[in-house]
Amino acid sequence: MSTSLFEKLGGNAAVDAAVDIFYRKVLSDDRINSFFEGVDMDKQAAKQKAFLTMAFGGPHNYTGKDMRAAHAPLVARGLNDSHFDAVAENLQATLKELNVPSELIGEVMAIAGSTRNDVLCR
Amino acid sequence: MPRIFFEKQSYTCQDNESVLDCLTGHGLPIPSSCRSGICQTCLMRAVEGAVPLAAQQGLKETLRVQNYFLACVCKPTNDLKVALPDEEAGARTKVTVLAKEVLGGNIIRLRLGCTLPLDYHPGQFVQLHRDDGLIRSYSIASLPQREEPLELHIRHLPDGRMSGWIHDILKTGDTLEISGPAGQGFYLPGQPDQGLLLIGTGSGLAPLWGIARDALAQGHTGPIHLYHGSRDVSGLYLINELRELAEQYPNLNYTPCLSGPDVPKGFAAGRAEQMAFSHLPKLTGWRVFLCGHPAMVAATKKKAFLTGASMKDIYADPFVIAADSIKPAA
Ligand SMILES: Cc1cc2nc3c(=O)[nH]c(=O)nc-3n(C[C@H](O)[C@H](O)[C@H](O)COP(=O)(O)OP(=O)(O)OC[C@H]3O[C@@H](n4cnc5c(N)ncnc54)[C@H](O)[C@@H]3O)c2cc1C
Ligand code: HEM
Ligand code: FES
Repeated sequence: MSTSLFEKLGGNAAVDAAVDIFYRKVLSDDRINSFFEGVDMDKQAAKQKAFLTMAFGGPHNYTGKDMRAAHAPLVARGLNDSHFDAVAENLQATLKELNVPSELIGEVMAIAGSTRNDVLCR
Repeated sequence: MPRIFFEKQSYTCQDNESVLDCLTGHGLPIPSSCRSGICQTCLMRAVEGAVPLAAQQGLKETLRVQNYFLACVCKPTNDLKVALPDEEAGARTKVTVLAKEVLGGNIIRLRLGCTLPLDYHPGQFVQLHRDDGLIRSYSIASLPQREEPLELHIRHLPDGRMSGWIHDILKTGDTLEISGPAGQGFYLPGQPDQGLLLIGTGSGLAPLWGIARDALAQGHTGPIHLYHGSRDVSGLYLINELRELAEQYPNLNYTPCLSGPDVPKGFAAGRAEQMAFSHLPKLTGWRVFLCGHPAMVAATKKKAFLTGASMKDIYADPFVIAADSIKPAA
């Protein structure tokens, strides 16, 4: 069997390394940080971890329906394509910072992109 | 809807209801205090069924693997059979008040003698139990390796039930019960040159006084910056002791901060966290301990993270008020 994307990226340890960097970028990004305000930071960090595990092609139990449910309140608050692009940009910058090879970055971005319609509840 | 089995009975847990609310709603006397997943008073154990991860946040690894969880933040998604903690995990110890003294404006130092040696780290906290069932958490300021008696600093809150009782009624020689210790905010050896930033308001100095002295006693060589804040001088305490400690250990920096209008010489004008960030604008690689006022702790935690501290290196103990003091128990 060929090695999965998640394994190639370094598995759980890679997610742990990426969480801090990614979450710091998101909280510092004025285009999207209002969506993350007022939530307990530890809980939020745990969700960032869920997000990254999913984007890294790792094991998760989220269905498209779960993604819609998690983001529906945000869509009601105006979440749109521009915010989605901003999150994707932060994700890409995080992977670059961690020196992930560009073909793997491409795979991650493709997985993240595939969730767009669910995240935006379309 | 999931069912909760407890002491041979079963109860239906409503949507979005915690195990604690479900059981206390049926009149069961499950101990609780903060009702927000911080004080660990509502510790329970899942005998059967998996608890959500969020219900184990902040618990020691040893407790996690035994399926202990915090009932107040446990919103089950499946049936659970639960029990109150075993003797060992939830055990109460009798303590005797050895000394009670005023440290500053409205802060009392309690020194407690334990009949059994208590295994703890300075900076953790214990639960104090009053005879009538009132439970409150207090942080530990003493160093066990120095064989100091258990030391707590208690700030008298206006109309505070436990703190008022401690200030006005409790006296030397009285006995009390404690449980714990709990909490992850303590010094861990292994990185002696790491920078340590400690920020506390009011009696939030208690754990920091313990952590700073613990780090020094364990040979920490990196910079240790301690910021203690209050509105006016009467809210600060152990000022001379901390100044002397900073004289003795050049790597310890102590800054007493006053946010009120009256700032005598020798004190920094401003809030403790503002002073800290103006001296230390980048916290990459630092370990950060935050204790005291919940709003200060939450805002500072975020700022410390944004200025470079790693999430796993930030320890925060908000001194949250017990839930039943904020709104009457339903
Ligand atoms: C992990 C942890 C560690 C702690 N460590 C310490 C410590 O080292 N030292 C220390 O002094 N304390 C500490 N605390 C706080 C302590 O546990 C108690 O909450 C505190 O002593 C007050 O308890 P009380 O019974 O005296 O007051 P309570 O009877 O619980 O009343 C609390 C206060 O709330 C006020 N109040 C009531 N309703 C509201 C409202 N809606 N909004 C705002 N205020 C309201 C009351 O007037 C009163 O002043 C810690 C708390 C936690 C969770
Ligand atoms: C790129 C595609 C995205 C994926 C794969 C994704 C994935 C996830 C996952 C797995 C969760 C956790 C759900 C849970 O366990 O409750 C989550 C929560 C969250 N996401 Fe996303 N997400 C994406 C895009 C976005 C965008 C664009 C925003 C806003 C700018 C956003 C904001 C949030 C917030 C605020 C939460 C927490 C909600 C809560 O606290 O309940 N996400 N996301
Ligand atoms: S942790 Fe549950 S009551 Fe405090």
